Amino acid sequence: MNSARADAVNGGQRSPRFIDWIDARFPLTKMLKEHVTEYYAAKNFNVWYVFGVLAFVVLIIQLLTGIWLTMNYKPAAADAFASVEYIMRDVEWGWLIRYMHSTGASAFFIVVYLHMFRGMMYGSYKPPRELLWIIGMLIYLALMAEGFFGYLLPWGQMSYWGAQVIVSLFGAVPLVGDALVEWIRGDFYISDITLNRFFALHVIAVPLALVMLVVVHILALHETGSLGPDGIEIKEKKGPDGIPLDGVAFHPYLTSKDLVAIVIFLILFSGVIFFAPEMGGYFLEHANFEPANRLKTPEHIAPVWYFTPFYAILRAVPSKGLGALLMFMAIVVLFLLPWLDRCKVKSIRYRGWTFKIALTVFAVSFVALGYLGLMPATETYVLLARIFAGLYFAFFLFMPLYTSMEKTKPVPERVVFHD
Amino acid sequence: MSEESGLSRRRFLTVATTVVGVTGAAFTAVPFLASWKPSARAQAAGAPVQVDISKLETGAMVRLEWRGRPVWILRRSADMLERMSQVVDQLSDPDSIESEQPGYTQNETRSVKPEVLVVIGTCTHLGCAPIERFDVAPEDLGPAWEGGFYCPCHGSKFDLAGRVYSGVPAPTNLPVPPHRYVGDNLIIIGEDTGASV
Repeated sequence: MNSARADAVNGGQRSPRFIDWIDARFPLTKMLKEHVTEYYAAKNFNVWYVFGVLAFVVLIIQLLTGIWLTMNYKPAAADAFASVEYIMRDVEWGWLIRYMHSTGASAFFIVVYLHMFRGMMYGSYKPPRELLWIIGMLIYLALMAEGFFGYLLPWGQMSYWGAQVIVSLFGAVPLVGDALVEWIRGDFYISDITLNRFFALHVIAVPLALVMLVVVHILALHETGSLGPDGIEIKEKKGPDGIPLDGVAFHPYLTSKDLVAIVIFLILFSGVIFFAPEMGGYFLEHANFEPANRLKTPEHIAPVWYFTPFYAILRAVPSKGLGALLMFMAIVVLFLLPWLDRCKVKSIRYRGWTFKIALTVFAVSFVALGYLGLMPATETYVLLARIFAGLYFAFFLFMPLYTSMEKTKPVPERVVFHD
Repeated sequence: MSEESGLSRRRFLTVATTVVGVTGAAFTAVPFLASWKPSARAQAAGAPVQVDISKLETGAMVRLEWRGRPVWILRRSADMLERMSQVVDQLSDPDSIESEQPGYTQNETRSVKPEVLVVIGTCTHLGCAPIERFDVAPEDLGPAWEGGFYCPCHGSKFDLAGRVYSGVPAPTNLPVPPHRYVGDNLIIIGEDTGASV
């Protein structure tokens, strides 16, 4: 409209605009078109498709609050615990910034787990999106490292002993195990040196990797395109204008939809921050309100909830080395998903009952393992953990079998709407 | 120069540059990786600790720190040694086969000198610090208790040689750190040159 009016005023000669000056020097308009206003995604995105955007929102929250926390936090064994209490009590709004960060950590894993499950349901990992899935898995790994390093920083009892247990796991590596543990700690026990190093990794190294991986993840997504819940490649059916018939532009159509999800998310997020910041000991564990004491172990050690599925697998195995190996494998198998699944049909909507049952069993096992990892290792719980760990691995091990003889439904030509 | 030889020369230079570059990068990585090892200060703090036990009375125990872990030195009386041998059938690993100790202390008393016990005071279950209970048959530990160490966290019991009782959560005996005597009453903890008494 503006340019039309400008055309009229100048008698067809458009006056040079500021944006043209920029575009001659940096491809701003071109990039905005490619990734925002002319990036087309399937028009039937359902609610499962909001978690990627939400993960991005949480990333921003974590970066912002994290930077603010470092302004008052002291990464030294003698000062760390007191500096966190200082933030909580004496720094203006310090409690809010810290609760945003601690709640953000759990929120990050909630949205990322749902985002990953979305990918598994609708086949977002299938060709040609294998690399997209692998980059996503690397983001998940970086996120776990970030969570683990960050958990030591408050220097509470659970911080200390959690780090002690997890770092000791590397002792299970044959031959070099003990030297490796010493190398990670930089000392003969979890000490000031370890804390200082974990701080550096938590605030610089891992966030930097995380941000770069997120950029790569989005670029890979925009190369292959968003799939949508029908698992149909919208690029295959284009109109005369070259725009996918079943596609809508990311902006304004999906941004306005995502905005609703962001508002709902922020309402829930604020609810936790203001009314249950500890979430009954699941987001902030009670033992962590006591400063680290290397001569006294808490009665019951459990990691934060987002690590417990893997912790339950570790504990289910009576041998330390084999337990650590299986825990590691539980994450590695996820990387292999694009090649384990032999079914040509992408979306669960048109896949056979075998995959639907298998995916349900997998989801139930994952949640059950998460619950069992929080509980003390009694005989019954360990037995249950073994059963669910077996089911977890069975989902992947037998996947080439049950997906290659799957009876699928016909996939429609164009996307359909389901209520 | 023919086109063919020019190409092969270019290929050689490319490979040579790559090899030199990668070698340089590998050497540059060394200081970054090695800087993660315990620093000189950490090593000094983790260095062997020398302790004089000439003033340690019979039946008494001293605590010291080595590499951030508590080390206990207990001078056992003849009576204590006698009581130790009475509980052997209640222990889970009386001969210290599954447990961690230098070879020269894998004996009945788990020590270089029979009366002097040197152990790391960290429970082998989850790393709690057990407490010393040298009294015989106290009310809370029962009439069969012949003195030893009791872990308040999960109730693991150890005898006066740090050997674990059976039926408790701790899997193995308290570890014995490497140590040697440089004099009758001078012990160096953290050095491992065998039983040079």
